Amino acid sequence: MTEPSAAKFDNVENIVAGLGDQGYIASRQIATAIFVAENLTKPILVEGSAGVGKTELALASAAWLGLPLIRMQCYEGLDESKALYEWKYGKQLLYTQILKDKMGDVLGDAPGLDAAMQKLHGFGDMFFSEQFLEPRPLLKALRQEHGAVLLIDEIDKSDEEFEAFLLEILSAYQVTIPEIGTIKSTVPPLVFLTSNNMREMGDALKRRCLHLYIPLPDAKLEEQIVAARVPDIEAKLRRKLVSFVQQLREQDLKKLPSISETLDWARVLMLLHADDLAPDMVRDTLNVLLKFETDINAVRPQIAELTRKARQDGDRGYATTT
Amino acid sequence: MQRPLENFFRALRAVDIRVSPAESIDAHRTVDVVGYSDRQLFKDALCVALAKTPDEVANFDECFEMFFQRDEFSDRDDSDDEDGGSQAPESAESDADFADQLGNVPLAEMVMDADGGELAAAMEQSANRVGATEIRYFSQRGYFARRILDDMGLRDLERLIAALRRSGEGPGDDGGDGEGGAAQDLANRLEQGRRYLLDESRQYVERQYELYARANGENLREEFLMETRMSNLEHRDFDRMHRIVRRMAKRLASRYSRRRKHTKRGQLDIRRTMRRNMPHDGIPFEVLWKQIKIERPKIVVICDVSKSVAAAARFLLLFLYSMHEVIAHLEAYAFSDSLVSVGDILENNDVEQAIPEIMNAIGFRSTDYGQSLLDYEEGFMDDLDRQTTVIILGDGRSNFTDPRIDIMRRIHDRSRSVIWLNPEPETFWGTGDSEMPRYRQFCHVAKTCSTVMHLERVVDDILKSYARA
Repeated sequence: MTEPSAAKFDNVENIVAGLGDQGYIASRQIATAIFVAENLTKPILVEGSAGVGKTELALASAAWLGLPLIRMQCYEGLDESKALYEWKYGKQLLYTQILKDKMGDVLGDAPGLDAAMQKLHGFGDMFFSEQFLEPRPLLKALRQEHGAVLLIDEIDKSDEEFEAFLLEILSAYQVTIPEIGTIKSTVPPLVFLTSNNMREMGDALKRRCLHLYIPLPDAKLEEQIVAARVPDIEAKLRRKLVSFVQQLREQDLKKLPSISETLDWARVLMLLHADDLAPDMVRDTLNVLLKFETDINAVRPQIAELTRKARQDGDRGYATTT
Repeated sequence: MQRPLENFFRALRAVDIRVSPAESIDAHRTVDVVGYSDRQLFKDALCVALAKTPDEVANFDECFEMFFQRDEFSDRDDSDDEDGGSQAPESAESDADFADQLGNVPLAEMVMDADGGELAAAMEQSANRVGATEIRYFSQRGYFARRILDDMGLRDLERLIAALRRSGEGPGDDGGDGEGGAAQDLANRLEQGRRYLLDESRQYVERQYELYARANGENLREEFLMETRMSNLEHRDFDRMHRIVRRMAKRLASRYSRRRKHTKRGQLDIRRTMRRNMPHDGIPFEVLWKQIKIERPKIVVICDVSKSVAAAARFLLLFLYSMHEVIAHLEAYAFSDSLVSVGDILENNDVEQAIPEIMNAIGFRSTDYGQSLLDYEEGFMDDLDRQTTVIILGDGRSNFTDPRIDIMRRIHDRSRSVIWLNPEPETFWGTGDSEMPRYRQFCHVAKTCSTVMHLERVVDDILKSYARA
């Protein structure tokens, strides 16, 4: 680590404050995970349902540390040619075409086929050198001089082979390219892997990572998050909105609304210049919070009741703080 | 601190959190970084390093709280019959006479000092010496409690109490409040301390048992269940079975439901490359590699829930339910004298509701394989194709009705494979009304499957055959 950022990892409070400056309200668990990860140079495997801020955590960390964020989105079929490096085949072929005539000149004076071959060998691995290497996210992250934040997003969507392939990078922070050799990072990047638990990750991968589970936030934390992210919203409305969402989370829904939905909803309400949580308004904007038709239908009859309770909570909470 | 951490890892292993040597090294390094002073930080940091799934985090929490619960010995209530604070100064002088006696018995001194912390520490040391963390069975608690106390010197304490009582009674009863009374007093107090120690040690051992061994007992029970014949399983084990079966189904599914396409890098697909690069004058700008495709399994399960297999039916359905949860393309049917599709019931209900519902809809009647097969052919046979595996769970006992072997033949011809799992042992096949030998002709595999272990092995084989193709 470079000098200035080393100081940032002094203690957990610094991390909470630092991420807070970037608008990311981290719980103590989250900050502790980053603290340990940095001090032990280990990657963090972040789990939690969609929209609780797994990816956001990496973005905020990168912004806070002032390091470049290198992001790799995983999907089925992702392989090392897309994740690590690829030869620029097109460029190689193009160059061969262009250099064809030149080649003729160079090889022209060779007496026989054998001699021409020898001469060709002399040019060595011209076409398999760094110039023709297309670095992909992982290689880029390793080659950053001052370190980087590497985000491997939705690792659970990748194949098992890819997971195995990652192991070398995650434990030794190095990769091996057959044609060139082993590339080792000078400053190991801070690595985040995120997973939605689409499938169970292998033990080997889990072993190499610290594990951080981000749950859905409680009302207090969620309010802080909304305040940080949608600062223009009025405190009273914010409280009502959070209370409403918290109530929704106790329902039997297919997909519970997570933080990102709460934030979206807050923004929508701002856009509509809402100053109170009216049942009609809620009914019209419910599709921001709930993403399944069945969920919306299940909640719709209860809107009046839920809103009433949320407004009560909002007023009470507001009264106590003033 | 090395020792407690190691013990903590053992406790974690007992609650199913994997702590390999490498992980324990990580944990030690973590502790080096965070230190012991901040309990919350210590806990969070260890949790991040050791617990790897949300379930494990919950287990970790519980285990951590129990393990690092080093509460002082609970306060003794000095209220009743015993000499309270008022009498203490009075007896102080006479205590001096026994001081030398007490001095020989450190435990007695500790009990008299009523120093909870010191006693707790002594108890823990003794517990370590006698290896209380090795406790395995519930019935060992008394034994370990006794051994800890022995190690702490309980025998000496008991001997002292006996001696005091003797000396108290010795001079006769005229002295009353004199020497003898004081000795008696002291004996009483020590006796109370002794009882209290017994209590504490029992609690201590109980905690050790909870920490290290409870999960062990649970595992034993599960292992036992895995190998018990399904028809013998009792109703009260249903929950546990559900867990086992679910875990097994999940394991199978995660192993086999993964990928459909698999690029074989390094093997050039020359034909496709040539064709793709026609526009470039045949110069291979785009390179294509050979691929192998792996089909996701498509499975049809037909489950017998009639009277003859009633005992096993619940568990067959349980398995069906778990499979349905984890395998995307699973079609499920249940039958006794006729056949219905139960996919919807499985889809829309909890396991507790789904199984009784299926049993009510179709279960407990007499079996008619012929009719059921006919129902299947008329209603659902169109879905069968060369990618489908048909699994039939049933005993093949058809009450002497027409077994409709012809339909069985058609199922066999249309599907990729037919697997018949029969809860009866093979020697019973063909006896009485069993049509098994005739059906067997049209099964690719026909096997006895009476325990959960069998079930897992068979399904594993099925899915493996897909992966290979």
